[in-house]
Amino acid sequence: MQSEPLIEAAGLSAGYGGTAAISGVEFSLAAGQTLALLGPNGGGKTTLLRAVLGELRPLAGTLRVGASCGTVPQTERSRLDYPVSALDVATMGTLSRLPWWRRPGRAEREAAARALGRVGLATLAGETFGRLSGGQRQRVLIARALVQDAGVLLLDEPFSGLDRPSAEGLEALIAELAAEGRGIAIATHDLEQARGCDLVLCINKRQVACGRPEQVLAEVGVLEATYGGAIVEIPGSGGRAILPPHHHHH
Amino acid sequence: MLEPLQEPFMQRALAEVVLVGAAGGALGCWVVFYGLSYAAESLAHSIFPGLVLAVIAGVPLLLGAAPAIVLAALAIALCARVAGIGREAAVAVVVTTMFGLGALLALSPRSPPGIESLLFGDVFGATDADLLAAAGLATLVAVALRLLHGRLLVAGFDRATARSLGVSPAFADAALLVLLAAGIVVAVQGLGNLLVVAVFVGPAAAARRLSDRMLPMMLLAAALAVLAGVGGLYLSYYAGTAGGASVALAIVAVYALSLPAARLRAGRARPPAPAADTVI
Repeated sequence: MQSEPLIEAAGLSAGYGGTAAISGVEFSLAAGQTLALLGPNGGGKTTLLRAVLGELRPLAGTLRVGASCGTVPQTERSRLDYPVSALDVATMGTLSRLPWWRRPGRAEREAAARALGRVGLATLAGETFGRLSGGQRQRVLIARALVQDAGVLLLDEPFSGLDRPSAEGLEALIAELAAEGRGIAIATHDLEQARGCDLVLCINKRQVACGRPEQVLAEVGVLEATYGGAIVEIPGSGGRAILPPHHHHH
Repeated sequence: MLEPLQEPFMQRALAEVVLVGAAGGALGCWVVFYGLSYAAESLAHSIFPGLVLAVIAGVPLLLGAAPAIVLAALAIALCARVAGIGREAAVAVVVTTMFGLGALLALSPRSPPGIESLLFGDVFGATDADLLAAAGLATLVAVALRLLHGRLLVAGFDRATARSLGVSPAFADAALLVLLAAGIVVAVQGLGNLLVVAVFVGPAAAARRLSDRMLPMMLLAAALAVLAGVGGLYLSYYAGTAGGASVALAIVAVYALSLPAARLRAGRARPPAPAADTVI
């Protein structure tokens, strides 16, 4: 690699209350790279993302994060009945730079409006967040991370619930943001999406495999070890897919 | 309409409901979105023993209410830590204990008459000190909500990612509870122990149906609370009904009227909602 990696983990264990939820995690993400994070629900994807965010200390090993991280959560996690516009949500990304007594002002709202333009939502800045489509909401949350000046974007299941055109549009946007020199980590269940990334990291309580998708996903036993029995052969195509997990809404 | 304004007690009562209504309406929007309505009701009931002791000792209600609310908040925090007791159960245990203690004190032969004004408020008996406290509350709420607006908005929107945006959800909760506690101990003079929660929940719940941005919602809730407060006082003046109860009923009426108003507004804004737009 030509430059220092944005994220570098070696022998990393992380978890809660001294108990490791993931162990043996070893990967590095460079500027411009996309990484697919594959694993079952409860397999430690969220734990790894929280460790990268600095919310959990490594229990063992090292984790170096050389850029600010912006999270793009699943939009169902946020409140759709909340009285905010798309611009309000994007503006939330400016708060970490402001002292606690300062409210976002004109400069902050302009930065947020530019970020909305960057993700193709300039005309919908004034729309209520909860009235946007799933794909549009996802873009607003990406804009919020861009406003944070995040060098690394952490996306949680960004394609779940999106129709084909929205998912393709989002994929193109993510590729553009990576090409601008950001590191992108995507937690996903979608093998097709994972194949399009530069790196695939499979975890199920421990690291199962990490490498280029064409190697990792072709390796015998990797998906079985990652997902247990939740793999199905797609009849007639010779391909395989992961049974979609049940989504729990809290 | 202007005749009641000649009366000094009515002037004071109006000042009281305008100040408390503006503060309670605006703060109430956050109470509603943070799911603190039950906490508001519980804190209000649990200050009863403090109010009774203040009457027995002959000191301003505020001096009894403030320590009682701190004690109740600490007791709830402690009880919630006992294994096997959930937060809700802890709140219920503390509130019934405190309210029972208050009733015990209130019903003792030595307690002075007029205890029922603690339960239902005495808005027409507002003193200069009460008005000063109400003005202080309105100022505190206005300043705090203005400073904290962005952070409260983030933590209420999505707690899980608030931290990555530089906002602590625990701080937001604590700030709101402190403001709410201050609001209750001040507003309890006019509306009473049992009715005070109305001003923090009713106008905000109504405004929520009529507005889809936070700031307009807060202004609308404040305006509705003031309107209901003034309306309640006039009702009380002309119909001879109890002051605090009239204000509380006027707040409920405002909420009831917001339901058809919201439907009218939705019908005008988006005539036929396309099926694809429905979010399940």
